[in-house]
Amino acid sequence: MSAPLHFDFIEAARLHPGRVAVVEPKAGQITYAQLDALSDRVRDRLIALGVGRGDRVGMYVRKSIDGVAYILGALKAGAAYVPVDPGAPPARNAYIMHNCAVKTVLTEAKLTEKFRAELQQLGASPELLVLDTVGAGQGLAACLDVLDGARLAPLSATDAAPADSLAYILYTSGSTGKPKGVMLSHENAVSFVQWCVEVFEPTPEDRFSSHAPFHFDLSILDLHVSLGCGAAVVLIGEDLGKDPVRLAKLIADERISIWYSAPSILSLLAQFGNLDKADYSNLRHVLFAGEVFPVKHLRHVTRLWPGRRYFNLYGPTETNVCTYYEVMLPVPEERSVPYPIGPVCSHLDSKVVDEHGTTVAKGAEGELCITGRGVMQGYWSLPEQTANGFFVDVDGTRWYRTGDIVVEEANGDYIYRGRRDRMVKRRGYRVELGEIESGLYKHDKVKEAAVIAKPDEEAGVKITAYLSCKVAEAPSLIEMKRFCSEHIPIYMIPDRFVWLETLPKTSTDKVDYQRLKELN
Amino acid sequence: MMNSDELRKAIKGYILSEFLPGEKPENVTDDLPLISSGVLDSIATLKLVLFLEEKCGIVLEAHEADKENMDTIDMMVATAQSKQK
Repeated sequence: MSAPLHFDFIEAARLHPGRVAVVEPKAGQITYAQLDALSDRVRDRLIALGVGRGDRVGMYVRKSIDGVAYILGALKAGAAYVPVDPGAPPARNAYIMHNCAVKTVLTEAKLTEKFRAELQQLGASPELLVLDTVGAGQGLAACLDVLDGARLAPLSATDAAPADSLAYILYTSGSTGKPKGVMLSHENAVSFVQWCVEVFEPTPEDRFSSHAPFHFDLSILDLHVSLGCGAAVVLIGEDLGKDPVRLAKLIADERISIWYSAPSILSLLAQFGNLDKADYSNLRHVLFAGEVFPVKHLRHVTRLWPGRRYFNLYGPTETNVCTYYEVMLPVPEERSVPYPIGPVCSHLDSKVVDEHGTTVAKGAEGELCITGRGVMQGYWSLPEQTANGFFVDVDGTRWYRTGDIVVEEANGDYIYRGRRDRMVKRRGYRVELGEIESGLYKHDKVKEAAVIAKPDEEAGVKITAYLSCKVAEAPSLIEMKRFCSEHIPIYMIPDRFVWLETLPKTSTDKVDYQRLKELN
Repeated sequence: MMNSDELRKAIKGYILSEFLPGEKPENVTDDLPLISSGVLDSIATLKLVLFLEEKCGIVLEAHEADKENMDTIDMMVATAQSKQK
């Protein structure tokens, strides 16, 4: 059994109280001792509000030191944190908070009006901790001051959460149109963090990037590996994260030593970041995950940043990283086939099965299945989907079915071949095409909607929506894009909208996706 | 150097052909919000900045490529022209 996720941070704070723990560019930074003290205040306040072991607390706030302190405070209180995308429609975020019955939500003043209305519609009434300003932990401290009033929250003990209690729930795109909550325990998280420490050998001298938003599973490495070992983590806000010129400058200025992001960001950095113009001598590891990295762009990055170690990390949110591959440099000029996703990580076990759950021969295609300490407990309050996500073999071992089709090479490396369902990866996010369709059906003029994704050299994947209309004049493309931006996250908005008189059907009167793909 | 009408026309043509193929030109008005309404995503905005830089021979600062400076065609023209002076 392992110690809870937050214990490594507490130990790091004891060993390195004066070291910088978190940097929030342009806002400020916080030391280990200060972060420990601020997260203790969060713990005490949450416990005073009735939060206890096993409860969930929501987080609907932009990436900030305030957010990091809240995460640590929630874990210290024994609660699981539930971070959502501050840029997603308020209705989606309210649904998530209601779905897992959070007791409190940390949010910011400018987001509360619509959010409160959406919560009310659902009949949910979590306690909202509203920050007037966000940044450097000051907004959070001010909010706690107000709540304390004349009396501080009573000092409470940090919870020694058992290994199987939940540490966080990350919501991912769901095929039914509703996001689903992936439940991850302390043991799931800690086994992954320990694996990272073994492979990447971080030290207190390291400076980690935190590029991914907190509701994305890449953030687990960014936050918990860095803060567990006394290193600094540099928070990169959403606007800056998409701007390759400023981002490149930040990597140099902040002397980032371990970079981790989706490949699409690295492609943008290589193309537009002027990476030959600044000093990146501190950078030692470049990690990427979330989607296939087109070799052309990877080669470009490795030429601009030679002499670093490059790791291709693979894994769904349900397992976090489960296989990894170190790319040996140089990337050959003639190579165009993507690199393997590598062998299974040491804290997990893997096998490849056919549709009946029978292990296939090496070299044959099949679905990658994972078992071990890193595998999620299930989906929040979705017993049927949880059961479908796993199969139990003759030894009684529970295997998570990734849905990814792979081939195992003779040396144990896996090669990724594709999906067995309708999920695609876009800018590192997973997108269930069914969730886009559900969003489109909310438009009062849409009669039928079907969404197709096709691989694209530049964008990774292009999404086309095929629609038929209830009225004679179909809404314009501009109206559809605007409508989508109000109902689904930005990364799910289709690239193209095509109106047809009626969608093609199969003999059983279902939408004929094969024919739509041919139209595409 | 292009005058503002020529520039407006060029930007509109580029947006229609690159990001809104099939859209009726009259729907893309000069004051239509493009970034804040989700019509242009971050990658589309980046491409548009490169287009403006090339067309006008200007260099835009990264922080200018946002909805405060580039949300509508009118704003793009104003931003580009302030750089040309």
